[in-house]
Amino acid sequence: MNGKIFLGTAGVALFAGLAGAGSRALAQTSADADSPAAAAAHTGFSELGGAALYANICAACHMPAGEGAVGAGFYPALASNPRMIAKGYPLYVVVKGMNGMPPMADMMTDEQVADVVNYIRTNFGNSYSDAVSPAEVAALR
Amino acid sequence: MGEFPQIPMTKRDLLSMIGKSAGAGAMLMAMAPLGQAHASTFTGPINLQGGGTGKSVLILGAGIAGMVAALELTRAGYQVQVLEYNARVGGRCWSLRGGDSYTELGGATQNCTFSDGNYLNPGPWRIPTEHGGVIHYCKELGVPLEPFQQNNYNAYLHHTDAFDGKPQRYKTIQADYYGHVAELLAKAVRQNALSDTVTADDAEILLESLRSWGALDRNMRYVASNAASGRRGWAKGPGGGLTAEPIPSEPMDLSSVLKSGLWRNIATHMTNEHQHAIFQPVGGMDRIAAGFGRAVGHLIRHNAKVTSIRQSDAGVVAEYEDTRTGEKLTAAADYCVCTLPLSILAQIPLNVGPDMAAAIRAVPYRPSLKVGLEFKRRFWEQDEQIYGGITSTNLPISQISYPSDKYGSSGPGVLLAAYSGGSFAYEMTALPPEERIRRTLEMGAMIHPQYREEFVSGISVGWHRVPFVLGCFGMWSEETRARHYSNLCQIDNRVVLAGEHASYIGGWIEGAVTSALDAVTRLHQRIQAA
Repeated sequence: MNGKIFLGTAGVALFAGLAGAGSRALAQTSADADSPAAAAAHTGFSELGGAALYANICAACHMPAGEGAVGAGFYPALASNPRMIAKGYPLYVVVKGMNGMPPMADMMTDEQVADVVNYIRTNFGNSYSDAVSPAEVAALR
Repeated sequence: MGEFPQIPMTKRDLLSMIGKSAGAGAMLMAMAPLGQAHASTFTGPINLQGGGTGKSVLILGAGIAGMVAALELTRAGYQVQVLEYNARVGGRCWSLRGGDSYTELGGATQNCTFSDGNYLNPGPWRIPTEHGGVIHYCKELGVPLEPFQQNNYNAYLHHTDAFDGKPQRYKTIQADYYGHVAELLAKAVRQNALSDTVTADDAEILLESLRSWGALDRNMRYVASNAASGRRGWAKGPGGGLTAEPIPSEPMDLSSVLKSGLWRNIATHMTNEHQHAIFQPVGGMDRIAAGFGRAVGHLIRHNAKVTSIRQSDAGVVAEYEDTRTGEKLTAAADYCVCTLPLSILAQIPLNVGPDMAAAIRAVPYRPSLKVGLEFKRRFWEQDEQIYGGITSTNLPISQISYPSDKYGSSGPGVLLAAYSGGSFAYEMTALPPEERIRRTLEMGAMIHPQYREEFVSGISVGWHRVPFVLGCFGMWSEETRARHYSNLCQIDNRVVLAGEHASYIGGWIEGAVTSALDAVTRLHQRIQAA
C-alpha cells in the first residue's frame, strides 16, 4: 500500500487531542505488500501507564475486560488466567509476540512493557504482587 | 534465429509464431526475455498432466488460494472437498455493501447502509499490471476489470506541519520538487562540478534532459513560466474567448518544498505494484471471490470451523465443527492443501514435522484498519476536481482514496477514509466502531471540510478483530524468511500450505494465487511420483 505515516510532533499532539492517545515514529522496514504499515513507519505507542496502554492497544484483541474472544481462532482471555502467575510469561509474550501476535518490543519502551504487564497481572481477577521492572524488560530484548 | 525465416519480423510476429507452434505456455516463457511477461512468478495457466489418479484432496479455506487450488485440482481429476469458516467465499477478498452486516470479535455488529452500487473493500482493493495470475483468473472467470486511479495529480498531499496544514495538489509538489532539483543539478553541471564523472558530451545531453524533466527555462532556471505552470497548475488557467490568456503561477521556493516533507509521497507511486495501469474489479473486490464461487462453490462446505488436522500413512483427517449447529464432524482425504491463515493454523492441532510447525508459529500478523464513509454528494469531484486517486496525509488516517468509478454521478459516494497500520491501527481497533467513525470524520475534515455537512454513514474494519483471520496478513522479516520460509512451503508428508503467507507478495491476492499454483503443482508431482 502506499500511505505513509510520518508523524511529526504536531501529528502526535493532534491525535493526542483527538483520541487521548498518540503515536511516536520509530524505525521503518519491510518490503511487504499492500498495507500502509508496510510502507509506513513502524510507529510506537505514546500511551503512558498500564491502564491506558491496555485500553488503547491490548484491548484491540484481548478485549476491554481481558475476556478474550473466539472466532476461527481465538485471543486468550487474560482475566483470571493462571498463566499470569509467572511474570516472565506475559513479559515474554508482550516483548517477543506469540504466533500471530506481533511483538511489542519495537512499539513500547521498557517502562511501557513493564507497566502493561504489571497492569494485567493486577487486574481482571489477577492479583500478583511481584512486579516486572523496566530493567527486566531491557534484559529480555 | 535457426529455423526462423530470415525476414524482418516484429516482436508480435515472432510471438505469434511461437504461440502457434509451441502453445501458450511457451509463448509466455518466450515473452520474458523481451520484457513483456508479468512480473510475478505467474507464467500462464497450469496444466496438471496425468490425471488425479482417483486421489482425493481436502482443501482448508475458501479464500482465493483455496479456490485456486480447488479449481486446478478438480480440473486435474482429483476429488476435492473444501471447508470454509465463513458463510461466504473469498476470505479477505471481501466487499461490504448496503444491507451487509459485519460482526467483529468482541461482538460489535455494524450494519452497512451504503447506497446501491457503493462499497468498501476492507482487504485487497487493487490489481497491479504485474499481478498476472489474478488478471488471468479474472479473465477466465468472467470478472470485468476497470482502471483503478492510483496516482491522481490533482489529489492532495497533506501534512499538519506543512503549509499551515493546507493540503497541496500532488502535481504542484512534484513539479516544484523536480524543477528545483533539475535547476540545481544543471547549475552543478555548468560549473563543471561534475566533470570528473560527466564528460563534456554527456553534460550537454544531461542539461537538455534536465530542461525537459524539470520544465526549466532557456537559462536553466525553474521559474514562473508557461512550461512550469503547465505542470504545477496556473494562477489562472487558459480558456477561450476574450479572457482566455493564462496567467502562470509562482513556484514555491526550494526550501519550502524540501521542509514540507511532501516529496516523500512522490516515490510511493513509483513502485511496480502502484504504477499505472492498475485495476479493480467492477463493483467490488469480492467479484473475484464470486467468480471463483461460480466455478468451485459446489465443493465448499461453509460454516465449518476446523479444530484439528491429523495426517497418517493412510491420509488426512480434519475435525471440524458446524458453527450453526455445533455438530462435530470430520472430513478425510488422501492429501490436504491448507490455506488457513497462520494466525489461525498456529492454534489448531496439526501433526507436521518440527520445521513446518516452527514456521507456522513464526509469522506475526500485521495490524491494519480501513474505514469507509458515505457522503451525500461527491464533493471531491464537484468542489475540488479530484476524480479517483489517493490523498496522502501524516494524520493517522494515512490516506483518503476517492472512488475510481461512476465519475460525475450525482448520488452519494463512498470514500476509503482511513487505511492505516502501525500503532494507530491497534488504537482504532480497540475502540467501538462508532468512535472509529467519529475520529475518522474529525481528521478527514481537516482536509475536506465538507465532511461535516455531507456525511451519511460509515463502516470500519480493524483486521485484528476479524474473526476468520485475527490480523491483516503475515509479516515476514529477512530473518524469519531465511529461517522458516522454505520450511513453511515444503510438503510435509500429505499436507501442503498455501496462501499469501506462503509467498513473497504478502498481503496481495497475487501472493495467494501464485502460492496455490505452486503448491498444487508440487503436490501433483509428488502424487504422480508415488
